[in-house]
Amino acid sequence: MAEIVLDKVTKRYPDGALAVSDVDIEIADGEFIILVGPSGCGKSTTLNMIAGLEDITSGELRIGGNRVNERAPKDRDIAMVFQSYALYPHMTVRENMAFPLRLAKVDNATVERKVNDAAEILDLTQHLDRRPANLSGGQRQRVAMGRAIVRSPKAFLMDEPLSNLDAKLRVQMRTSVSRLQKQLGTTMVYVTHDQVEAMTLGDRVVVMRGGVVQQIGAPQYLYDHPSNLFVAGFIGSPSMNFLPATLEDGTLRSSLAELPLTDRIRKLLESADAPREVIMGVRPEHFEDAALLDDASRARGATFTGQVDVLESMGSDKYAYFTLSGEQATSAELAELAADVGSADVPTSGIQLVTRISAASPARLGQSAEIWFDADKVQLFDPSSGRNLTFAGE
Amino acid sequence: MAGLGGTETLGRKSRWAILDLVVVVYALVPVLWIMSLSFKTTKTLTDGNFIPREWTLDNYKAIFQTSEFVRALGNSIGIAIISTVIAVVLGTMAAYAVARLDFPGKKALVGVSLLVAMFPQVSLVSPLFEIERSVGLFNTWPGLILPYITFALPLSIYTLSAFFREIPWELEKAAKMDGATPAQAFRKVIAPLAAPGVFTTAILVFILCWNDFLFAISLTSTSASRTVPAALSFFTGASQFEDPTGSISAAAVVITVPIIVFVLLFQRRIVAGLTSGAVKG
Repeated sequence: MAEIVLDKVTKRYPDGALAVSDVDIEIADGEFIILVGPSGCGKSTTLNMIAGLEDITSGELRIGGNRVNERAPKDRDIAMVFQSYALYPHMTVRENMAFPLRLAKVDNATVERKVNDAAEILDLTQHLDRRPANLSGGQRQRVAMGRAIVRSPKAFLMDEPLSNLDAKLRVQMRTSVSRLQKQLGTTMVYVTHDQVEAMTLGDRVVVMRGGVVQQIGAPQYLYDHPSNLFVAGFIGSPSMNFLPATLEDGTLRSSLAELPLTDRIRKLLESADAPREVIMGVRPEHFEDAALLDDASRARGATFTGQVDVLESMGSDKYAYFTLSGEQATSAELAELAADVGSADVPTSGIQLVTRISAASPARLGQSAEIWFDADKVQLFDPSSGRNLTFAGE
Repeated sequence: MAGLGGTETLGRKSRWAILDLVVVVYALVPVLWIMSLSFKTTKTLTDGNFIPREWTLDNYKAIFQTSEFVRALGNSIGIAIISTVIAVVLGTMAAYAVARLDFPGKKALVGVSLLVAMFPQVSLVSPLFEIERSVGLFNTWPGLILPYITFALPLSIYTLSAFFREIPWELEKAAKMDGATPAQAFRKVIAPLAAPGVFTTAILVFILCWNDFLFAISLTSTSASRTVPAALSFFTGASQFEDPTGSISAAAVVITVPIIVFVLLFQRRIVAGLTSGAVKG
């Protein structure tokens, strides 16, 4: 077990493409850290550099205080689980799991004990003599994990280990990965493009975009205090609503409502030297059906009236979708996020708005509803730089 | 495709049976003919019966009594095995590089090896004859092994690189992470998975070397290095008035035996789909 420090780690390919730029991450001993971002953001390259499968162009990587830039993967004492599992098809489950120990020339009795222990933890005992071809996806995934844990490495690296499983199994494996990490207490670096996995698994989350770290922090912190538009849009499902807005005389004008700024936000905006044109972000759950609120609560925000386009009842609450007139907010970050989820080519007119309201709401599909939103939960972003103008700082 | 569903009718079955029979007869009649000839006595050799009237093993006894044939058989086995081993080992390394690595001149290498395979061997016989005579390789084992390797290498590089490409690269990365050196990763993970490809290639190369007649007849002059296909053409009868058909037939049957043994031996190792289960899917 050891801490892993990335000190200005950069990866530049021979053709000049910059894959990872000046990444600084300090991963504490026993920490579960998630690297998340859209495809091509450099998260897997970063993981491969930690593993030693890719060379580091510049910067320093330290594991347990020692510089390991030049060490081969086998000398770094870390284990990795691949997206495709990469099980050895000509070996049984037992041989697969014993492989790292055999290479390390561990004696037979110890190999036997460790493999059995790992099989017990992962519930693979009755499959030990089968070959990978005869296992289900979930079982193969567990064998890959077993191969990683048998030799008690300093750290685990996981490259989207759950992305090949079907949705139900993924949720189940997610909990078992989390439980396993807590049980073993080993440092774990986990790469995923799924922000739900990132939110639920990690002690801390590193959001990356275009090879650059956007923000590092606890999942809840990233959710509440995104440092820029990209993090705000990437973290959260359904994602934050963005609308173009104008700041004028202490009020915020948008196609939703005219909103007097709260003191807290006004102070933040002053210190951030906000421009006039901004992008306003509101999370779906900061909306509520105005009919359900008393006057005191209504006074803390603003209301708008719109026609419910789509109404999804989740049981515990409802998602109401609206289409507002006006231009959509535009910025490089938002375009990239849209491209990543594939929604860039879906033609939309007006501003799409998702609201999460109480299940008790009387809102009906196709009818108009009055929706309230919390003035103090509004986040404002600079459209040109993507910076969060209402970011309260570390 | 009703047939796949298990609704096989008698008519359908018999149509297939007839078709199969035609193919088998077409392929096997010359082989059976040679076998039939080899068991005939000199007197009945030309009687035109497919099944010999008088059976005899004399032809077989005779060819094994001539040192000419036994020597040639030894030469053939030795030369084919040495050529196969060298061509497959070199081919494995080259194919691995072609499939996995990106090195300058890779396209040129693949192109040149294709060119070698396309080159008509007949046009090379005279220069090779001259070269081998002047460097002292003429009528020696290496004199045959070298050209065999040259022509077997493109074949083995092509077949093997197709097999290597099928092996997921992540397996090698996984082996590295598990603590293997590149050599260990190759030996313990890649080589076992490439084994079916290696054996397939070995069979093809062995047959190529075993069957060669052109180089064998041109680059040898005595039984020191003459292989069976060449030696057969030098068979003579017991007297100059006697036709060596019987002994040639017997020898032809004998030299197909190693090929059959070789194929049967390695066929068991050619297990399709060995890599299934390595990665998702």
